[in-house]
Amino acid sequence: MTHMELWIDILIVLLILTNLKLMGSSRLSACIRTVALQGILLGALPLIAGHGQIPFRVVILSGVTILLKGVVFPWLLLRALRTSNTRREMEPFIGYSTSMLISVGLIGLAMWMGGRLPLPVPLKSPLVVPLALFTIMTGLLAIVSRRKAISQVLGYLVMENGIYAFGLTLAQKEPMLIELGTLLDVFMAVFVMGIAIFHINREFDHIDTDLLASLRD
Amino acid sequence: MTMNMTLLQIPAAFILAPLLPGVINRTKAFFAGRQGQPLLQAYYDIAKLLRKSAVYSRTTTWVFRAGPVISLAAVITALFVLPVGGSAAPFSFTGDMIFLAYLLGVVRFFTVVAALDTGSPFEGMGASREVQFSVLAEPALLLSLAAMSLIGNFHTAEIAPSRSLFMSLSEIYARLTMNAWAQSGTVLLLAAGAIAIVLLAENCRIPVDDPTTHLELTMIHEVMVLDHSGPDFAMILYAAALKLWIFCALLAGVLTPVRSGNLLLDTGAVMVGIFLIAVGVGVIESIMARLRLLRVPQLLSGAGVFALLAIVLVLRGQ
Amino acid sequence: MILTLILLPITAGVAMLGIRSAVVRRCLLMVVAAVHAVLTACAWAHSPAPVLDGWLLLDAPGLLFLGITSALFLVVALYALGYLNREDWGKRQDFEEGFLFSNSRESVFLCCLLLFLGMMTLVTVSQHFGLIWVAVEATTLTSAPLIYFHRHRRSLEATWKYIMICSVGIALALLGNFFLAVASTLSENSHVPMLVSRLIQSAPQLHVLWLKAAFLFLLVGYGTKLGLAPMHTWLPDAHSESPSVISALLSGALLNCAFLAILRVQQVCVAAGQGDFGRNLMLGFGLFSMLIAAAFILQQTDFKRMLAYSSVEHVGIMSLGIGVGAGYGAMLHAVNHSLTKGMLFLVAGNILAAYHNKSTRDIKGVLTVLPFSGLLWVAGFLAITGAPPFGIFLSELTILKVALDQGRFAVAFGYLLLLSVIFIAMASIVFPMAQGAPSGLPTETSSDTAIAAVGRESALAIIPPMVLCAAILVLGVYIPPVLQHVLKQAAVTVGTF
Repeated sequence: MTHMELWIDILIVLLILTNLKLMGSSRLSACIRTVALQGILLGALPLIAGHGQIPFRVVILSGVTILLKGVVFPWLLLRALRTSNTRREMEPFIGYSTSMLISVGLIGLAMWMGGRLPLPVPLKSPLVVPLALFTIMTGLLAIVSRRKAISQVLGYLVMENGIYAFGLTLAQKEPMLIELGTLLDVFMAVFVMGIAIFHINREFDHIDTDLLASLRD
Repeated sequence: MTMNMTLLQIPAAFILAPLLPGVINRTKAFFAGRQGQPLLQAYYDIAKLLRKSAVYSRTTTWVFRAGPVISLAAVITALFVLPVGGSAAPFSFTGDMIFLAYLLGVVRFFTVVAALDTGSPFEGMGASREVQFSVLAEPALLLSLAAMSLIGNFHTAEIAPSRSLFMSLSEIYARLTMNAWAQSGTVLLLAAGAIAIVLLAENCRIPVDDPTTHLELTMIHEVMVLDHSGPDFAMILYAAALKLWIFCALLAGVLTPVRSGNLLLDTGAVMVGIFLIAVGVGVIESIMARLRLLRVPQLLSGAGVFALLAIVLVLRGQ
Repeated sequence: MILTLILLPITAGVAMLGIRSAVVRRCLLMVVAAVHAVLTACAWAHSPAPVLDGWLLLDAPGLLFLGITSALFLVVALYALGYLNREDWGKRQDFEEGFLFSNSRESVFLCCLLLFLGMMTLVTVSQHFGLIWVAVEATTLTSAPLIYFHRHRRSLEATWKYIMICSVGIALALLGNFFLAVASTLSENSHVPMLVSRLIQSAPQLHVLWLKAAFLFLLVGYGTKLGLAPMHTWLPDAHSESPSVISALLSGALLNCAFLAILRVQQVCVAAGQGDFGRNLMLGFGLFSMLIAAAFILQQTDFKRMLAYSSVEHVGIMSLGIGVGAGYGAMLHAVNHSLTKGMLFLVAGNILAAYHNKSTRDIKGVLTVLPFSGLLWVAGFLAITGAPPFGIFLSELTILKVALDQGRFAVAFGYLLLLSVIFIAMASIVFPMAQGAPSGLPTETSSDTAIAAVGRESALAIIPPMVLCAAILVLGVYIPPVLQHVLKQAAVTVGTF
């Protein structure tokens, strides 16, 4: 194992830990910062994982990713948090310690699944696929187990991060236009969700999505 | 020669352990801009307490008196299976990590029982917290040791995988070479993180417990020993110092992978590591606030998660 | 020409934001809708040249769904003129809970409407899987403000669920795209581009396991958008709370776009010899959607929700059609359903405007109060439940015939059973609404003269659904050869007939 691979491994473990931190933190602002950190680490991953010379497009994409996921999204969400007079606690349906335990179970599941998926091309690190799967599962867990609208957006972002991490495993790169389009879409999604949170807060005086329950059969 | 060196570890621990609280206190004083206590304050305290006589409450029984003695005895026993860095412990046998954990459990049990024996509500509260936190801390310690033992196995293929968990502490630590760090640094880093958190929790340091607090409502360890005095309290202080030494040695053994074969050099490196860790504890105490009691289990389960993650990573085969 | 089809609505949509005059805005909407329809008609006549290295081109399925989208949009735009005239722009009272609310600005609404059209067009012409994904997600984002046209808490709740559930679903589709990319990686340095045609060419070399995983994720992802049960939960809320114009577009055009995205993957699966895998999955999801729809249409008390669940039913039928191998029937059904459901939602808008009430229990006598709309409502009900001589009867029969020909009697039985349950359930809702003495009207219009005043239906509210009604009636008895040709070709691309 070279030093490069050790660094990739450490980065991946840090990414796994950001997921656990997200599940274990009680403060919304701390969670937003954790997701920001995750975005930055994820943006840095292709830069570190690149062998020798790093192509220009990778630099551009990493830069855009770090800018969007590390700076713009957290800024938008922190702003939404400040303008809404919401309590700063997460108030999850599933307690923090239970969430952490579930997360550890999910890590095991992701490792197991990652081990069974035969990739046609060998990877730089065998941990990338489990990381991606685990991050996606964490995102989904955060979406269903948290009641604040902002934390659902965070869950969506984490899930998106996991899918992005999976995209990093591919030897084949999609054309840059598509990748930028994808990022733009995610950006717009977060932007629209931010606006929706603003309206929800104004309309209901809270952003608890479990109280959004007037529409039902 | 080898035998002599390993036996020297014990007197070294006896002599140097009370220095650790001194180092921590001086570090804190440095950060606070104070001059602080003398480095040897713990020795003075112990010497002073030994000259005094103990006072016993009429409500206490023999349990209260036995607590400090048994605690000290258990800690000293634990020293005999503790490898300091790469140099093996005087005694080592398969599964001695569990023996070590249980000896530390005995210390905790008798401290708690002695505290309960006084009948004071505050001491009972401290005892309950101590037990609650140790429930989480103990598995984290054992799991991280297990993770390290699995690494050792992957690098020396002679031992069958099914027996890989059953290694002695000395064997585990002997394998933590520079090479092991290069091969599975992430696992070791996670295990070290878990041990570090357990170290802080088990030795009543910030952010779990504040050793200098005098507010009974928030205390954990200090409140349990409020009623001890004289030589009994000296024994408790000394046992605490030795316990800190044990954890520092466990952590330093991971963090200083100097396994040159030259025992003097190896042991020296670990000793330096131990004192650097004490400085690190001092730094943490200076820059962090104590956690709310509700958050402590979360920190400790975080340690457990670190250890579990390390095991998962190592089982994944890297 | 393809680029014009996409860029025209987008530029016009952006321009909407800068136009002050309401008349000019509405004229622009009509012009764009008409030009778009004319261009689409030209595309039907002469297949336009591919652009951007074949990333954008119109093949048979694309042409079919572009045609539906464009035609429906034209009709809906006409209706929207009347709708926007009716809408009050100041504070107004909600008729369910009585609080005051206002509408979005008209310029923003029209801007999003045109952008929505542009993005749906992009879905139909895209050949690159990445681009399809970008376009489908963009349809979600551009349509979210449309659902939140009435700025009150129920529509906000519906919008939130719509964005959240669809975005998560589409994120899963992105993962499916990545799986597809893995499947198309031949070796470290060679891979197949993610274009539909190129993937079909090299289909035998694709990794089967990854292709299957990709199909599953894309089906679930786009299926969320399509409204397949159990991912349909956003659909009734969004359809019932958005303005009827938007409901018509969501049901008639947007669902088809998601369906097309799934068909694209199925094309690759079929070429790789995994057609049965995809078909079985679609069959299962289709039947389950019909079951869920039937369960929720029974005892439904909100007529817009009833129509929404009927959409779940019909995407289920489309999916089931592909599943049993009745590609032609499924495509024809997509056309018929779009036109019929569009018409029904527009009529529902008329009823809602007159009664200020969505409850199926309160509303009585639609035929008396609104003679034209009432008639169209009943006709629409007959059409949507598959009564002859409307188009849906024909397409449902085609699917049934193929199912029987294939010897899938259990499927055919379940299909018929669910269709009849839904027929009965909807009949027990629609007929009481249509007949009887008028009731359920707002209290201030209880007198006969007032009812007569309400009942004066404007031409803009009646002509669009009438046009659609005429279209489905024609499709029930005669399918134009050009449509027949495109339908058959589209069916062949997904390996069916």
